Amino acid sequence: MQTQEQVVPIRTPETHLEGDDVFTVIRPDGTTDPNTDPRLPQHMVLDLYKAMVRTRIVDLQLERLQRQGRIGFHIGSLGEEACIIGSAAAMRPNDWIFPCYREFGALLWRGFPLQTYVDNMYGNDEDPVKGRQMPDHYTARAYRFGSVSSPIGTQITQAVGMGWAARHKGKDEVVSVYFGDGATSSNEFHTGLNFGGVMNAPVVFLCRNNRWAISVPTEMQTKAAKLSDKAIAYGIKGVRVDGNDVLATWKIVREAVERASRGEGPTLVEMLTYRIGGHSTSDDPRAYRVQNEVERWRGTDPIVRLRRHLETKNAWDDAREEEFKTETEAQLKTCIGLSEAKKKPELSSIFTEVFSKQPWHLKEQQAECENGPRAKPAH
Amino acid sequence: MPEMNLVQSINSALRHEMKANDDVIVLGEDVGKVGGVFRVTKGLFDEFGADRVIDTPLAEGGIIGTAIGMALYGLRPVPEIQFSDFIFPAFDQIVSEAAKFRYRSGGEYTCPMVIRTPVGGGIRGGHYHSQSPESLFIHTAGLKVVCPSNPYDAKGLLLSAIRDDDPIMFFEPKRVYRAVKMEVPEEEFTVPIGKAKVVKEGKDVTVIAWGAMLFEALASAQEVAENDGVDAEVIDLRTLWPVDIDTIVESVKKTGRVVIVHEAPKACGFGAELLSLISEKAFLHLEAPPKRVTGWDTPFPYTLEMEYLPLQHRITPALIETVRF
Repeated sequence: MQTQEQVVPIRTPETHLEGDDVFTVIRPDGTTDPNTDPRLPQHMVLDLYKAMVRTRIVDLQLERLQRQGRIGFHIGSLGEEACIIGSAAAMRPNDWIFPCYREFGALLWRGFPLQTYVDNMYGNDEDPVKGRQMPDHYTARAYRFGSVSSPIGTQITQAVGMGWAARHKGKDEVVSVYFGDGATSSNEFHTGLNFGGVMNAPVVFLCRNNRWAISVPTEMQTKAAKLSDKAIAYGIKGVRVDGNDVLATWKIVREAVERASRGEGPTLVEMLTYRIGGHSTSDDPRAYRVQNEVERWRGTDPIVRLRRHLETKNAWDDAREEEFKTETEAQLKTCIGLSEAKKKPELSSIFTEVFSKQPWHLKEQQAECENGPRAKPAH
Repeated sequence: MPEMNLVQSINSALRHEMKANDDVIVLGEDVGKVGGVFRVTKGLFDEFGADRVIDTPLAEGGIIGTAIGMALYGLRPVPEIQFSDFIFPAFDQIVSEAAKFRYRSGGEYTCPMVIRTPVGGGIRGGHYHSQSPESLFIHTAGLKVVCPSNPYDAKGLLLSAIRDDDPIMFFEPKRVYRAVKMEVPEEEFTVPIGKAKVVKEGKDVTVIAWGAMLFEALASAQEVAENDGVDAEVIDLRTLWPVDIDTIVESVKKTGRVVIVHEAPKACGFGAELLSLISEKAFLHLEAPPKRVTGWDTPFPYTLEMEYLPLQHRITPALIETVRF
């Protein structure tokens, strides 16, 4: 057994975001830089804050449910709330979002019902994808939101094709696509940025650089000092933003959306953040990283940072925080209770929607399954 | 009615459907100005422009990935993979994405697209221009797999495929591209997906083939008819998956004997699945052990490719052996 003391730190983690090319708005004291502040209306900043807090509440609760064996899996976004919510909020209503798998916060921001999301976590018969996928593999076309698959990077070229298609049809619709720092090593990252550049597609490539791809740190993923530099090779714009600063993220992503909308092509946005939790509930990061690295990053917590900003405006306080948390936790608890009481999907759901019309072999196999030992499914 | 070879009839189908439906987009390596390395898309660039016939960068994963994005949005992309030997960089996009979108999204997203790609050997192309990877895609839930043998079927099947709401692998037997000419209507017509064709009726043995090997099977059937008085029934599958099981079972019940011919290697080739299905559905009708005449379980050789392929000289003895068992 490896003890924590035996873990050799393989790098000196940066706990702050250095470099004059990292775009930041919120200063350490909570005030904003007047030169960069997007000056969002206060009600919107409050909405961003609440969405970030809700994301964290849901994350923590789902992790508990997994530990209790009540759901099979969760892949969370602890510490990455600002870059996820800020970027999702910067997309206009008709724009599209292609998720990686860590962006349920963006999904809920788009208005996807919390109850439906929790149904997806349980894979029950009201899960829109009928329990066919692991938890956190959601789809939400009505919300102009893609469909999660597990292979890394595949969504990147798809986003390029969709953006190209929208423009081909004369629509002003920009497509954003999320992926992590690890995905910048994947085939589809390079292909996607290259095709996106050549096709001048209205796409925003959103890289959540959370410093860890499961157990591999960013500096072992690439020798490049900045992931945003990879844009240069594809002739597209690359920018770095402090991904723990929701206002900075919003502004940089909105500018990228506007450029894409004007026909000026794609942008690679490197959002610098940190994965406070494990890769997923199946991962134990104590095996590969030292705890004090995590603790130092907690000092840059995007939620604490935005709250400090709100307090400088007298827009938030302990009482409102308590009220919002209590209300959100109660709402989530209700959803969980309802989801747990729902049935499993019907056996037939295994065999439908493989094709537009069910072919003979699937008819045969469905009949075999339904008339076999599971003829009366135990719900 | 004009005479067309396979290249011309596929070109005719693409041109028709691009005229009829603005959402049909052709994309791939060299498909634009030059009209593809086999000239299948010749003239489409001039007629429909660079926005409908896209010369893409050289990356198969990108061709299929962007085509998927187009399909998700509602277009009808027809991507070309220059040789099916080069399809593997796109394998993840085809197998994990295009084939699964409908299922994994609960029907919210679909991927109607036709992936055209030349298949098969006999053109002195060596290992990397000759393989037949169809069974990898048949094995993948969510894909339809089509392989016409002649210009008429190719046009009719391609028009059906572009109008179909599922992702379809459209394998074009490159050895047939310019080798066969026949009358093909200029106007539109369709050949249904999922229907095989009995191209020669017979009572003694069923031969199942597709693509370029159909002509070898027919040649053998003629040879054994003339020399040995054997009356073989020859089925051109046309659609490999979902396979037309009714036509196969009906034929095997009649003849009691079956020989399957394909270019792909024997182990886990589509012949293996066909024989399993025949065993499940017509076991007691079999009068002789079924036979497979296939490519060997080796890489595809260059100099000796005609010894690798399951040509007439190998099919004929298999027919005789099966009938005389």
